[in-house]
Amino acid sequence: MRPGESFAFLGPNGAGKTTTIKMLTTLLHPTSGSLELDGLDPTTHRTEVRRRIGVVFQDPSLDSELTAWENMDIHGVLYHVPRQARRERCEVLLRMFELWERRADLVKTFSGGMKRRLEIARGLLHTPKVLFLDEPTLGLDPQSRNQMWTHVRKLKATEGVTVFLTTHYMDEADRVADRIAVIDHGRLVATGSAAELKQQTGTDSLEAAFLALTGTTIRDESATAADQMRQVARVWRR
Amino acid sequence: MTVVGILWLREVKKYLRSRVQMVASLGGPLMYLGVLGFGLGPVFQRAGQGSYLQFMAPGVIGMTVLFTAMFSGIAMLWDRQFGFLKETLVAPVPRLAIMLGRTLGGATVAVLQGTLIFGVTLIAGFRPVSVLAVPVAFLLIALIAVVFAALATAIGSTIKEMQGFQMVMNFLVMPLFFLSGALYPLVGLPWVLAALTRVDPLTYGVDGMRGLLIGRGSAHFGLGVDVAVLLGVGVVFVAAGAWRFSKIEA
Repeated sequence: MRPGESFAFLGPNGAGKTTTIKMLTTLLHPTSGSLELDGLDPTTHRTEVRRRIGVVFQDPSLDSELTAWENMDIHGVLYHVPRQARRERCEVLLRMFELWERRADLVKTFSGGMKRRLEIARGLLHTPKVLFLDEPTLGLDPQSRNQMWTHVRKLKATEGVTVFLTTHYMDEADRVADRIAVIDHGRLVATGSAAELKQQTGTDSLEAAFLALTGTTIRDESATAADQMRQVARVWRR
Repeated sequence: MTVVGILWLREVKKYLRSRVQMVASLGGPLMYLGVLGFGLGPVFQRAGQGSYLQFMAPGVIGMTVLFTAMFSGIAMLWDRQFGFLKETLVAPVPRLAIMLGRTLGGATVAVLQGTLIFGVTLIAGFRPVSVLAVPVAFLLIALIAVVFAALATAIGSTIKEMQGFQMVMNFLVMPLFFLSGALYPLVGLPWVLAALTRVDPLTYGVDGMRGLLIGRGSAHFGLGVDVAVLLGVGVVFVAAGAWRFSKIEA
């Protein structure tokens, strides 16, 4: 990952996307290998790493019994943003994500898209260097998805933040990401821009490239041994 | 505002906002006070023990504090379910600060609810012997609240399923209440029951309140012992809560 870029992490269900995010955000200890984020090791410099990152989890993590403003404010205190700066940042971000008018409403009255926007706004409150978005558009309608990515692109321009995102929607990765990494079974199978991946696999769409890289079988968490052998073999061949 | 402060404020705000819950949680104590207080009153009187309402009012206040404090800790299961817990766990702050904020918030809510019930007992006819003793009684209420809020934090950090909540209610909270002597005097009990009441921290809370609010003679252990035990147990439970909370994996 390079500073300032949008980096998409693609992979089938259970490929290890969320696990990777959890390790990079200090929530899980890796069983082997090493991690580096902004020159720091998340396993040993937990607090410093946490200060540098913003995370939007796959599952919502807002307090729905509090207002949008209160959710933002708590986050600001947890990340040691001074009072004055906190107020200003909250206002800027809530306006940017079009939630300013609803700041005094309880989050439980928000729609799915609004909650997502609030989570991203909150993740940016402490001006992180890297923003992790774990499937931020999951379960959103096309309008909200579209709007979400417009916001994320705007962020790059205004905040200069590096974005690390995972998604299942190929068209989104194609549109938003500067570079894409495909992982499967916990291994990186390919990295490059969307165009490079297409070229590499000799396909004309990112979706086809993705399938060429990870196989077409649908797998459940517990695939049969033979299935796993086949997939391991495929990964090895690359 | 500090981390402890903002998480404390969160608990208190949520409590003050949920008026329905506030009124609903008055139901249990009101039942005990109304039905048992007045129902068993004549029997108690005939046994030569004076007014039962007077006797059990501190018990019902203790019960309210116990229940509210335990509930607030268990609310961590909801925070886990709805993800807010994770938001606090990835923040660059010590776990201890998060744990203390939550626990003190839960304890404060329990004190507020206890105050509400105190008011209700006054309306029902409870008369403390001395007005001066009331503030001291509130110190005891606060101690009970911290003890059980910390215990609840320890439990809430340990169990992960919502189903565990029922277990805690049936096998911990109810026994803590029934074994505390909130409803009966501690004298002349069978030895098993006597032993069990002595390991229940709430026993000392109720005993202390009784001594303060309805007269020195009614305390079984004496205020000194009561406060010492609650302080000791409080320190142990807060430490246990902090330790369990530090072990949570998001």
